[in-house]
Amino acid sequence: MSPGKDELTATGPVLPLQPPSLDASFSSLLDDRGLAPRWLTGGGAAAMPEVPEGTTVVALRYADGVAMAGDRRATAGNLIAHKRIQKVFAADDYSAVAIAGTAGMALELIRLFQTELEHYEKIEGTRLSLEGKANYLARMVRNHLPLAFQGLAVVPLFCGFDETAGSGKLYTFDVVGGRYEEQDYATTGSGGGEAKSFLKAMYRTGLDQEGAISLAVESLVAAAEEDAATGGPDVKRGIYPNVVTVTASGLTEIPDDRLAGIAASVLEGRP
Amino acid sequence: MISNFYVPPEQLTKERAEFARKGIARGRPIAVCEYADGVLLIGENPSGSLHKLGEIYDRIAFAGVGRFNEFEMLRTAGVRYADIKGYSYGRVDVTARGLANAYSQTLGQIFIHELKPYEIEIMVAEVGVGDDDSHIFRIQFDGTLGTVNRFGAMGGNDAKVAEVLEEGWNPELDLPSAVRLATRAIESAENRAGTEGAETRTIAPADWEAAVVDRTSGRRKFRRLTTEDIAGARTTERT
Repeated sequence: MSPGKDELTATGPVLPLQPPSLDASFSSLLDDRGLAPRWLTGGGAAAMPEVPEGTTVVALRYADGVAMAGDRRATAGNLIAHKRIQKVFAADDYSAVAIAGTAGMALELIRLFQTELEHYEKIEGTRLSLEGKANYLARMVRNHLPLAFQGLAVVPLFCGFDETAGSGKLYTFDVVGGRYEEQDYATTGSGGGEAKSFLKAMYRTGLDQEGAISLAVESLVAAAEEDAATGGPDVKRGIYPNVVTVTASGLTEIPDDRLAGIAASVLEGRP
Repeated sequence: MISNFYVPPEQLTKERAEFARKGIARGRPIAVCEYADGVLLIGENPSGSLHKLGEIYDRIAFAGVGRFNEFEMLRTAGVRYADIKGYSYGRVDVTARGLANAYSQTLGQIFIHELKPYEIEIMVAEVGVGDDDSHIFRIQFDGTLGTVNRFGAMGGNDAKVAEVLEEGWNPELDLPSAVRLATRAIESAENRAGTEGAETRTIAPADWEAAVVDRTSGRRKFRRLTTEDIAGARTTERT
């Protein structure tokens, strides 16, 4: 503990609600209390056996904002580890985050990211800017770098509605915490390359919501056709991609029954 | 050599309590009352940015009267407490009862051990979902923890505000009616406290601060009422 920090916290008796630091960061609070997930603070880990990995997620801009979709499969080596994993999440009311990579860590990273955004909003009384959220996420990915070297990479995709600019924005990341704003569409994960090729050919500006969702779902279908680790819509079991849209009026999770219809017409139209 | 004179505990606590009460009584009251879909918190606060009411967690709201910096410190500490607990365990494990206890311990310690007691009172309100009842807790400057049954008030003239609430409250109140009742209670308490027959002061809609924890909202049930919400509720009264 630095001397400055000592002075700040050493005020009188230890209370159930300790005197606050001047920081609105939830992660540094966890650090203070010794509760931070070790892998996020750069603690070492031995070589891991094969653990589930999430695969393909895509995001694209349309007329009102952004749409984000992810398939439901997680693989461990050549096995399908989970059929119904969720990879697309609301980060807060105006942004969404999706993950590819080591599922266990990615899910924890998202939970921490969600808590972080809400914590900041409650303490400060205002939401972080979209860019602030993206920068914070980049830092979390960068902190994870030592484990990425051991094969436990987590690469998120982030999108949201920028309330000051009045438009949807997309961000991609790399394992070293590089943060890149994308113009029209972005993908990540093992089937990301296929999905990106598909979007490159089919993307048009100014899509409506229905068109955007349908294009996102079809790009996942295209990825699933080429990549064994990506799961396409499973009509028999009722497994459909997770899709969210974010617009000026906030984040919407698209319900399964609507996706069932979209997936059916996408599959119908496939060559 | 410094020697400490013995001060009997009765005298110590009495003087500290008088000091704190004086500070709190100067402040404007906050009323709390349950309505059909949740719990309403409301008070006069002309400042649009320094809030007396705040969100703690999914179903839990906070209200403070007295010195702003003191209850603001407790509000942020409460947010930290709740977020840590919810992150370490589960979201449903964060309860108003646990939080109110932590506040009570903290204020109790401060009352005895600090140079001066906090000149504040706070409330923690949790809206019940499903079969759960709503819970409202009131924590006083010395750590005294009490439950508030359905409706109540704290701060200056709190007893008079509570009287008016008592006359008008019923469990079927919708939100606009609850806003009407609580604003009327606060205005009339202030007028009753002044000279009898003095002109009734009406508080402008923009000068109210109001928030609800509403069980019909999504996961985060805390919501601030806008000036239009309050003006709308109060206009209905006159027509």
